[in-house]
Amino acid sequence: MNNWVVAPLLIPLFTAVLLIFLHNKLKLQRWISLLSSLLNVAVAIFLMVQVRTTGIQTLNMSGWAPPYGIVLVADMFAVLLVLAASIVTACCLWYSFRGIDEERERHYFYSLVHFMIAGVNGSFLTGDLFNLFVCFELMLMSSYALIVLGGTKRQFRETLHYILINVLSSTLFVASVAYLYGATGTLNLAHLSMRIAESGQTGPITVVSALLLVVFSVKAGLFLFFWLPGSYGAPPAAISALFGALLTKVGMYALIRTFTLIFYHEVQVTHMLIGTMAVATIILGGFGAVSQTNVNRILGYNVIASIGFISLALAVSNEDALKGAVFYLVHDMIVKALLFLLAGILVAETGTERINRMGGVLSHSPLLGWMFLIASLAVVGIPPLSGFPGKLLIIQGSLENGQYIVAAAGVLLTLMLLYSLIKIFILGFWGKARRPREAHWKQSRKLLLASAPLMMLIILLGVFAEPVMPYMQRAADILTDPSIYIQAVFKE
Amino acid sequence: MPRGSDVFLQNISKIVVFIILAFALYLFFTGHGSPGGGFIAGLMSAGALLLLALAYDIETVRKVIPIDFKIVTAVGLLIALCGGTGSLLFGEPFLKHAFGYFQLPLLGETELHTALIFDLGVYLAVVGVTMTILLTIGEDN
Repeated sequence: MNNWVVAPLLIPLFTAVLLIFLHNKLKLQRWISLLSSLLNVAVAIFLMVQVRTTGIQTLNMSGWAPPYGIVLVADMFAVLLVLAASIVTACCLWYSFRGIDEERERHYFYSLVHFMIAGVNGSFLTGDLFNLFVCFELMLMSSYALIVLGGTKRQFRETLHYILINVLSSTLFVASVAYLYGATGTLNLAHLSMRIAESGQTGPITVVSALLLVVFSVKAGLFLFFWLPGSYGAPPAAISALFGALLTKVGMYALIRTFTLIFYHEVQVTHMLIGTMAVATIILGGFGAVSQTNVNRILGYNVIASIGFISLALAVSNEDALKGAVFYLVHDMIVKALLFLLAGILVAETGTERINRMGGVLSHSPLLGWMFLIASLAVVGIPPLSGFPGKLLIIQGSLENGQYIVAAAGVLLTLMLLYSLIKIFILGFWGKARRPREAHWKQSRKLLLASAPLMMLIILLGVFAEPVMPYMQRAADILTDPSIYIQAVFKE
Repeated sequence: MPRGSDVFLQNISKIVVFIILAFALYLFFTGHGSPGGGFIAGLMSAGALLLLALAYDIETVRKVIPIDFKIVTAVGLLIALCGGTGSLLFGEPFLKHAFGYFQLPLLGETELHTALIFDLGVYLAVVGVTMTILLTIGEDN
């Protein structure tokens, strides 16, 4: 029993509630939000050290032993993602001091963000399928409010799509959870894994797993992504960054968790399906990114394509690929947040989202330009940056299994993303300035400062990949060998 | 509906509202061992307030209960959270509850349960959210 496991949920929840009382005191709200998110980073690091030294940490809520009660499980995979999410949140909150207008701030923006983070962290840490659903809902409810906050015409339109698609997939989620409970009599992830390993993954269970695959794919934007580029582009940059960095990754986490811990017996069906969807996602997402001229939509398609790439690792599911997937997930959370934040500044500087109407930003905001270029190179996976080790491991893993199509898709993705991002760089930053907006520059500098920690992190994560690797290895060990997870849950 | 347009509804509601609220109270306390609890009691209380709003109008309800229901929600959430977190102070797992039997005046020996604190939070949160939604929908025509 370790009560610290629940802290990454409790801190944002308490903060969110506290901020409702303070909704008119903007300054106080800002600082409390930032402090709380920094506290969350500290707690996540503390948990990570604990997991590293003493193994997986669990908490039986209310003292009920699993499988009867709900258990929270902090293994290395979950803790790494909690840490990355906390860092991204802290930076996005800092950015929103300037990047979000006061009207939104007064209408519970900070509360909503903290509720969403509680849902995100809860989804990472929970060891129970129904609890996962609850945390998903907490996260989605807050995201509905965040996406519509401000109430522009475009936001209303996109919110409608977003809510409809998510309500539909949530319904399917509950239905498949019910089927699974009917078939196995449990919803504890570790217990499910044991039961299915004993009784064999029969046809009906594989069907349920396919249903869950659909549900999580909608959330993650794997193949079923048609709603994503529009919805993520509608709200202001700080919110898009949080969405792009966190929400799809939670879906991805759920996919990886369930298909490595529970449904790993019928690989030729489920993982084959995941692989096909992943390749299709990469191709469609890549073409989408290349064909768009709206900055936010290009980034939206970038999010999708990366999800496809991580799913490749899940389809391959050997040790190297999964280690790469963990690394790439952490990297992708950070770099996508950074890209959305920088794109927000770019849009504010030029006053348009269309890249063919931009130009010449490099001449008056050189720092923004170079940061954007480095972030783009990190997405693509140029060696000293953080995209490289993960990408290398995933491609290496797929080659080990002889899945050459998968590896080829990974390389193809790199080229398309490189093209789409460099297009923003060339059209947006090079050339003659269309409209000089020096007045904006003072504000942009503060926004750049808030994005800088993420920038440092993608460089450090790439340069110091070697010392970080044991952590990724720990996470991959649990993913390749479910018994470690099961033993940790049932040890008490 | 303009104010004072329905004598029967208004007079009956005056009595019925209290019956509903009393039943909500009963549901709240019975919820520990049998069907009921903070959630359903909260919905029922909100129902009583809604009846008032229908019989009179939203302005009257605001005058009778001059509180911001968003704050009620927040207070409820805070109480529920504290109810769950209190156990951490005693080194017990999150959400762990305790109970005991106490001699209370009038009631005699009564079982008191810390889960009730959590339930009270749920009650307030439900009342707050439901009323906020209803009043917001009622406001814009």
